[in-house]
Amino acid sequence: MSNIHVTTTVNGDVMEFLCEPDESLMDALRDRLSLTGVKEGCGSGDCGACSVTVDGRLVCSCLVLAAEAEGCKITTVEGLAKGDKLHPLQQKFLEHAALQCGICTPGFLVASKALLDRNPNPTEHEIRYWLAGNLCRCTGYDKIVRAVVDAAAELRRTA
Amino acid sequence: MRFAAPATVEEAVRLLGAEPGHAKVLAGGSDLIVQMKTGRVEPDLIVDIKRISAMRTITAEAGGFRIGACVPCLAMEENASLKATWPGLVEAARLIGSTQIQGRATLVGNLCNGSPAADGVPALVAANAKVRIVGAKGTREVDVLDVPTGPGKNSLARDEIVESIHLPARSAHSGDCYLRHTPRTEMDIAVVSAGVFVTVDGAGTITHARVSLGAVAPKVLLVEACSKAIVGTKLDAKALGALAAAASAACKPIDDKRGTVEYRTKVAGVLARRAAETAYARAKGAK
Ligand code: FES
Ligand code: FES
Repeated sequence: MSNIHVTTTVNGDVMEFLCEPDESLMDALRDRLSLTGVKEGCGSGDCGACSVTVDGRLVCSCLVLAAEAEGCKITTVEGLAKGDKLHPLQQKFLEHAALQCGICTPGFLVASKALLDRNPNPTEHEIRYWLAGNLCRCTGYDKIVRAVVDAAAELRRTA
Repeated sequence: MRFAAPATVEEAVRLLGAEPGHAKVLAGGSDLIVQMKTGRVEPDLIVDIKRISAMRTITAEAGGFRIGACVPCLAMEENASLKATWPGLVEAARLIGSTQIQGRATLVGNLCNGSPAADGVPALVAANAKVRIVGAKGTREVDVLDVPTGPGKNSLARDEIVESIHLPARSAHSGDCYLRHTPRTEMDIAVVSAGVFVTVDGAGTITHARVSLGAVAPKVLLVEACSKAIVGTKLDAKALGALAAAASAACKPIDDKRGTVEYRTKVAGVLARRAAETAYARAKGAK
C-alpha cells in the first residue's frame, strides 16, 4: 500500500500527515497527530466516542477514511478550550459530575457543541435524541443531559 | 488498496471500469467502512465521489427536487422546501443511525447498500422517486424500486454510479409519511416499516396512493393492493381495515431474533394504517 499525503486544518491549524488508504480519520488523528482526545470505543459507528466535526458536520471519525479529510476543516475536543479557559460545556460537565471514567466524554462534548451551535436552546428531549449515538456506560446520562442544559443557558447568557 | 477522489462523474466511471480487481464507490461510508473493517468486503480500489460538486447539492428540478448522491441525510432536513414538501422522506432520512451517521450517510448509499430494512427506501418508493445512473455506456433513469435486487445486492453494473435521486413534482393536496417499528426509539434497525404517499381531491377523497413496505421481504415492496384499498375513499375505518389486510397479505418476512413472521406480518398492517392516516392528514393540509 502506498501512503497518501493529506493536508487538513485541525482546530484551526494546518496539519499534514501521511496515511494508509484504508486508515480511519480516528487513527490518523490519534496516532499521527497525537490528538488522543479522540477516543475509540467501538470502531464501528455505534458509540460516538470518536466524534469530531468535519467541515462543521458532526461525524464518527472511525467511519471516515483519513484520505477523505484532504482539504477539510476538522474540530476535535482539543479545539474546545481557549488556552487555559475551558469551554462552558467542559466546565459544566465538571460541575455536574457528568463523567466518571471519561472515555465517552470527548465525544459527548464535541456532539453537544455541534448541537448548541445549531440550536442554542434545545429541549431535554432534543438533547437526548441528538446524543443518542453517544454511549456512556458509567453515568446513566442524566448528569450529562443536565450539564448540556446548563451550558446552553450559560452560553445564551454570555452570547 | 488504493484510494481515488475524482472531481467528475465521468472520471469516477472510468476508474471503476478500468479497475481489474474489486472497486467500491464511497459516499458517506457508514456501511462501506464498517464492511471493510469486518472483512466482509476487501476492495482493491475505493472511489470517493464526494469531490464531485454536482453530487453534493439539492436543487429544484421539473417541479420536484434532485438530490445528489453525496448529500448527507441531515442536509435534507436543513432544506426547508424539501422538508415542507416531503416530510415523510425527510423523517425517514433522520431515522438512519445516529446524528453522527446522518451527518455522513446518504440516501443513495442507503438504497445501493441493499438492506431490506433500509429506512430511506420505502419512503423513496412511496414518493415514486427515480434515480439517475451514470455509466460507461451513458446515463439511464430507473425507478428506485429497481435498484435493490435482494439483501446486499443492487442492479448496477460494475462501472455504474447512481448520480442523484429525483423526486417528482407532486400536486398540492398530497402528503407522505414513513413509519418504522423498532424496539428502541433510536439507533436501531427496522423490524417492519411502511411508506405511504397519497393525493386527495377537494372533497378529501383519495385519488392516488402508493404504499410500500420494508423489512418484510428480500427487498422493499410496492403494494398495489394497498393503493386499491384506499383510492376512492376518505380513509374511513373500512378502507383502513382493507389497507391493513392488504399490507399483511403482501408480507413474505423472515423469522429472526428481532421479529417472528407472525409479528412482522401483523405489524406491517398496523404501520401501513398509521402511516396512511398521517399522509392523509398532511395531504389535507395538516402540518
Ligand atoms: S469508535 Fe467511532 S463510533 Fe465508536
Ligand atoms: S463516563 Fe465512563 S463511559 Fe461515560
